[in-house]
Amino acid sequence: MTPDAPAARPRQHGILAHAGALGIAPWIAIVCLVLVVTVAILAPWIAPHDPTLLAPSRRLRPPSGEFPLGTDVYGRDLLSRILYGARLSLVVGVGAALVSVVLGLAIGLVSGFFRWLDAVVMRIMDGLMAIPSILLAIAIVSLSGATLTTVLVAIIIPEIPRVVRLVRAVVLSAREEPYVEAAISVGTRLPKILWRHIMPNTFAPLIVQGTYVCASAILTEAILSFLGAGIRPEIPTWGNIMAEGRTYFQLKPSLIFWPGLLLSITILSVNLLGDAARDTLDPRLNRGGRT
Amino acid sequence: MPRPWGSPVSAPAFESAPVVLDVAGLSVRLAGWGEGPPLVDGVSFQIRQGETLCLVGESGSGKSVTSLAIMGLLPKGALLPSGERLTLAGEDLLTASPRRLRQLRATTMSMIFQEPMTALNPVVPVGRQIDEVLRAHTSLPAAERRQRIMAIMEQVRLPDVERIYASYPHQLSGGQRQRIMIAMALVLDPKLLIADEPTTALDVTTQKQILALIRELQERHDTAVLFITHDMGVVAEIADRVCVMRSGRIVEVGPLDRILRTPQEAYTRDLLQSVPSLIPRPARAASDAPVILQTSGLDKTYRERSFLGRAREVAAARDVSIEVRKGRTLGVVGESGSGKSTVARCIARLIEPTGGSIRIKGEEVSSLSRAAFRPFRRHIQIVFQDPYRSLNPRITVGESIIEGPVNFGMTREAAFERAREILKIVGLSPDALNRYPHQFSGGQRQRIAIARALAMEPDVLIADEAVSALDVSVQAQVLQLFDEIQARLGIAILFITHDLRVAAQICDDVAVMQNGRIVEYGPAEQVLRHPREPYTRQLFEAAPGRDWDFAHFRPLTPSGEPVA
Repeated sequence: MTPDAPAARPRQHGILAHAGALGIAPWIAIVCLVLVVTVAILAPWIAPHDPTLLAPSRRLRPPSGEFPLGTDVYGRDLLSRILYGARLSLVVGVGAALVSVVLGLAIGLVSGFFRWLDAVVMRIMDGLMAIPSILLAIAIVSLSGATLTTVLVAIIIPEIPRVVRLVRAVVLSAREEPYVEAAISVGTRLPKILWRHIMPNTFAPLIVQGTYVCASAILTEAILSFLGAGIRPEIPTWGNIMAEGRTYFQLKPSLIFWPGLLLSITILSVNLLGDAARDTLDPRLNRGGRT
Repeated sequence: MPRPWGSPVSAPAFESAPVVLDVAGLSVRLAGWGEGPPLVDGVSFQIRQGETLCLVGESGSGKSVTSLAIMGLLPKGALLPSGERLTLAGEDLLTASPRRLRQLRATTMSMIFQEPMTALNPVVPVGRQIDEVLRAHTSLPAAERRQRIMAIMEQVRLPDVERIYASYPHQLSGGQRQRIMIAMALVLDPKLLIADEPTTALDVTTQKQILALIRELQERHDTAVLFITHDMGVVAEIADRVCVMRSGRIVEVGPLDRILRTPQEAYTRDLLQSVPSLIPRPARAASDAPVILQTSGLDKTYRERSFLGRAREVAAARDVSIEVRKGRTLGVVGESGSGKSTVARCIARLIEPTGGSIRIKGEEVSSLSRAAFRPFRRHIQIVFQDPYRSLNPRITVGESIIEGPVNFGMTREAAFERAREILKIVGLSPDALNRYPHQFSGGQRQRIAIARALAMEPDVLIADEAVSALDVSVQAQVLQLFDEIQARLGIAILFITHDLRVAAQICDDVAVMQNGRIVEYGPAEQVLRHPREPYTRQLFEAAPGRDWDFAHFRPLTPSGEPVA
């Protein structure tokens, strides 16, 4: 190994490389997400029909002026159901991301700073991580009934250990920083050290992790609904719509195609946004001009 | 290579040797930043066969960028080299294809870096890493390659080459790793060796050996060496000719002796005059001021419990007894791993001592719990080595400085008022309060860190390698600041450093540590000029450039007297 690869040097040039390298993908992702969010918020006003109104006489209609995407097996308007479905998916995604990040941050901070707690907390987290998330979700939902809350709980619990591990890793390295030691030596008390000097280091990785949690929560909710362990089938969610469409897939593929397409686009967008956030918030570029 | 003291360096007749590296008007610019100032601006020099040229300069002077430009290792598309001429043994490097450059690296030019741990692959045995170079650039059969590797490893004076061949980097010491890097760089007998601060991360005794090794191999192979360093002492040890760089330009070029004796440019003179002398400053009158800080029999033992094996004990500090009086400075010197920082951190209670006593103003504090120790924190403040990491980048300088006083009940207004005064003491303008650390240079940040410590009105200030990361001119200013603070506030200073030069200029007393113990302790004059212990003498002899009194542009005799 002669220095064909320059060791340790090129770090300072990363900033230059990054600024232009983000490209157009994140912007497309943002446009898509803004559209989905707008549609979800405006659903009651822009949906052409009541998404839950049963009308057996017009079941499985092809697309027409009145039903732009046709109707489902109970005669409900597919477009309206998809629009309303966006609301639930987004609530699940954003809710799961917020709750798991907040809880994970609190547990991770405490666990990272107190050695004696760390061993206990992390073993519990390891235990939670060993449970397959879908199975846990099915178990919780079947034990306590399928409501939005139970679905959210089922999705959040397996996500928390991942956030905790991330936060703990950041805390473990941040607590060795000289500025944290300086704070200790000027007599700053622990809660303030955690809050002021350590926690801000976790924000950048948490924003990135949050987007991944959001995407995976939307997907898990869809899977749960698809498997019949999710929210009650009359409430439109993208998973529910696909689950119901499954039986008639050969007869009318659009029942699965449209919600599936929207689901894919939303998750792809959230993930792209997460990648872009990771690139711009990369902690190596965030150190304040160290060259 | 030891040189006879005081005698002008017997400059070999390099004029007749062929030019290996010819650089003319080399500039390096940031791509896509329009007409911004170039990082390297019209640099020209030549290196002949068997000659060592030192590029010396402070951080940001462009010396490393110059070397990367020669190696063709500038990040593509970010930094653009240009120039009249850049030839290696007659071959143009500026227009060479990437493929050709790759061939030239290792076969005709090679490079060693500052940190051998990161330059070596941690998961491949070092012998195989050298082998990779041979496999990539020669078609020798395996047996012959192995023979050559063994030969070069013998040449770089590695012991037990069979064992080291199969060792991983982490199993070797820093000096051994750097020897491996040198072996790798020289295995193909290149014409040019570029050494970028190759000894900066090493202890002085190791540094001395590595410098001697580079000299020896250079003579043996007749290699041209481009040696990059910030350390005038190292320059004095190794250079034939010196190139002083500043802000991307060459300020002055000349033979070593000429540069050190009769520097022409003001900047070169400043640089030389900033190098602290190894001769201790005149001792201050003995003090009978009260003892502020006293440790006796201080121990710090780390216990490592492995999964199945027995507990292993590592003594980081053993039986350390020191005392510092009001208004005095005690220096603790030693190489890495000597336990000097452990002592500092025990006293500042950033780690818990395992035994012995620590008295602050006569009160025993080592047995206090962390909470009970808290009131004592204001008496002891610490300034860290790395000014880039010792300030929270997310809060303003003012918030950092007032944090301590506010913790101890001062109102924010009063604390800001005091912060303004203290900033003046450390030589910064009070409007620094509302700015963020990244808006300041390394030296300014260190002043801010000192201001934060002073805001607590401490009785003892611990400086843990506080000037080691700074450029030499900034270092001189910060050392002076410590002196002024002490004169003004009567503070006691515990100064931890690996640098004997720094210790000589700031300390009243010096404690030399080795393997966790104090091996010699006494007034600076006595310890540094007439060391009794062999280890102290060894440290002293390894100090680079000890034959020169840089600040007065004259060589010294071994006993430290100026040559008549």
